[in-house]
Amino acid sequence: MKLKEVSKEELFRCSYGCAGCAAVLAVRLTLKVLGRKSVCIVPANCISTVSCYYPQAPFFVPMTVMAFAATAAALSGISAGFKRRGREDIHVVGFAGDGGTADIGIQALSGAIDCGNKFIYICYDNEAYMNTGIQRSGLTPYGATTTTSPSPCFENKPKKDMMRIVAAHDIPYAATACTSYPLDFMQKVEKASKVNGPTYIHVLVPCPTGWGFVPDLTIELGRMAVETGMWKLTEFEHGEFRTTYTPKRKRTVAEYFEVQTRFRHLSPEEIEAIQREIDGGQVS
Amino acid sequence: MSTKTPVKKYITANEAVAHAAKLARIEVVAAYPITPQTSIVEKLASFIANGEMDADFLKVESEHSALTACMGVRMAGARAFTSTSSQGLEYMHEMLAYVSGGRYPLVLVNVCRSVALPWSIWGDQQDAIQQRDTGWIQIFTETGQEALDMVLQAYRIAEDHRILLPVMICMDSFIQSHTEELVEIPDQESVDSFLPAYDPVVTLDVDNPYSISVGGFGKHYARWRKEQQEAAEKAREVIVEVGDEFARIFGHHYGGLIEPYRCEGAEAVILTMGAFTGTAREMVDEMRADGKAVGLIKVRAFRPFPIPQLRQVLSQVKAVAVLDRDCSWGYEGALATDLKAALYGLPNPPAVLNFIGGLGGADVPPEQMKYMLDKALGAERGAPSSLEFIGL
Repeated sequence: MKLKEVSKEELFRCSYGCAGCAAVLAVRLTLKVLGRKSVCIVPANCISTVSCYYPQAPFFVPMTVMAFAATAAALSGISAGFKRRGREDIHVVGFAGDGGTADIGIQALSGAIDCGNKFIYICYDNEAYMNTGIQRSGLTPYGATTTTSPSPCFENKPKKDMMRIVAAHDIPYAATACTSYPLDFMQKVEKASKVNGPTYIHVLVPCPTGWGFVPDLTIELGRMAVETGMWKLTEFEHGEFRTTYTPKRKRTVAEYFEVQTRFRHLSPEEIEAIQREIDGGQVS
Repeated sequence: MSTKTPVKKYITANEAVAHAAKLARIEVVAAYPITPQTSIVEKLASFIANGEMDADFLKVESEHSALTACMGVRMAGARAFTSTSSQGLEYMHEMLAYVSGGRYPLVLVNVCRSVALPWSIWGDQQDAIQQRDTGWIQIFTETGQEALDMVLQAYRIAEDHRILLPVMICMDSFIQSHTEELVEIPDQESVDSFLPAYDPVVTLDVDNPYSISVGGFGKHYARWRKEQQEAAEKAREVIVEVGDEFARIFGHHYGGLIEPYRCEGAEAVILTMGAFTGTAREMVDEMRADGKAVGLIKVRAFRPFPIPQLRQVLSQVKAVAVLDRDCSWGYEGALATDLKAALYGLPNPPAVLNFIGGLGGADVPPEQMKYMLDKALGAERGAPSSLEFIGL
């Protein structure tokens, strides 16, 4: 995919997203790829909160809100219904947050992958329950503070490895992405749209409100996450993992942490320990 | 009347319901195993496996997902079916409200079973009663035949554009679900003429895109909910209308929202829901033969509640015995409470005696039916309501 091939049509616009929100950017980019023949399922999360209240209608494709735990089951059911109606040409896509995926929605996700219907599940990961006021989720990174993991008792568990979890289901296609690498992300959405089965894309979306950085740094923060090795751009296909992008520039976690308030409480020793762990090949 | 002779088979109510789902030409089944419902979807799975039925079976990982998937199927414009019991229905609770609030005309069969704790796989109606306020039309059935007939009617009622509410058909576990009886299975052609293909009002339509089932503030939210209540009230008429039409084609008539039995001139009447009605009916016959003025009302629709129908039949009655196979802890049986509210404002209303029995699979034998009716015969009009656990 080349930049000039990207559709100029905006199928998601005028949401009430915060300044610098990358979650709404992920929706916008996704629909540029999938086009008008798509239906969107959005459970309780930031995206539904900033786009679902009548008479507001930022989605220019059919959209419905869904129960928190139910995203993947709804995708599976809608897909089954479209199949019966001979409309397998329609893309059925869900946008669930990190909590809606790794915590409350993980059972339905597992069941729906197992069931095998065609859908695209997008986990947009802003690393906490941002919509309800920045509470810790299973995808909050080690060391971060949230309103339920305040300093000095910051989050002391690494992020759940959702890619390994979905890969263990032998899912036909899964990928990680970040909105700061839009072409990489959109290519993955396109690839997922061509798979006749369940697909999963886990996109990191920096959140100025929850992470504590100025809104014009959103894209830069995503780049930093990748350049520090805190987040990796990968794919899982035919039973194999593959890195889709290796950053040319390396940055330290200290640089990444410095521009966010959520890591401000960490001591130099603690930051160094996290750096050592990343250097050892493990992402916290 | 249908000109074809229906096939008659000795089958369980669960199997009868599976035949109904097949005859309703459902396109997707999504279900999760739980006793005593499981044999319904096992039968459907075998219909699909041996090619008798053209549908897809989604083997989901929970009841929450089963109902969600069925709602998804409806959003895509196809007909879906699920069934469950007890803990499964409880697990669906969140989605029950989603489905009714979203006005998705789903049909669900609940084989009523006790709710833990204490653990029990046996029957009572606590599970269904606990879902009373989720916005579903709830119809209780007595036999396998009635269950089959009501599943077919349920699709008509739910999909009626004046209603667009989900319908829960309730059956009693084991004594109904697992008991064989002679059931008439109607022919496909007659069912097709009674139940045409699903004509959805709103779907996820890419050619006509809408945000559907979205959020609403204050007034918008309240207006939506008022329309839901109006539809539920309208269902009182539509249930009767559909039941009458069904009777014209298939010859089975159940009396609409309630089925009064020998209530003419009755001093005492017993109210029942579900399969225990048969025992009560026989006891009414026996006591009538002894010259006692007793009658029976089988409550078929629990939601919408048959307020005018009950007021009409009970206005001349001295006392009503209400058998509840459930309890609203800290108050009384739910049917008794709703009955008393329905009778409010009647001049000289009957006394209401609430009996809670048949919990956790306990039987309510004829002598208990007689006990309740005798107590009602001895009660004075206007006496304060009472609550008694029977059979202990």
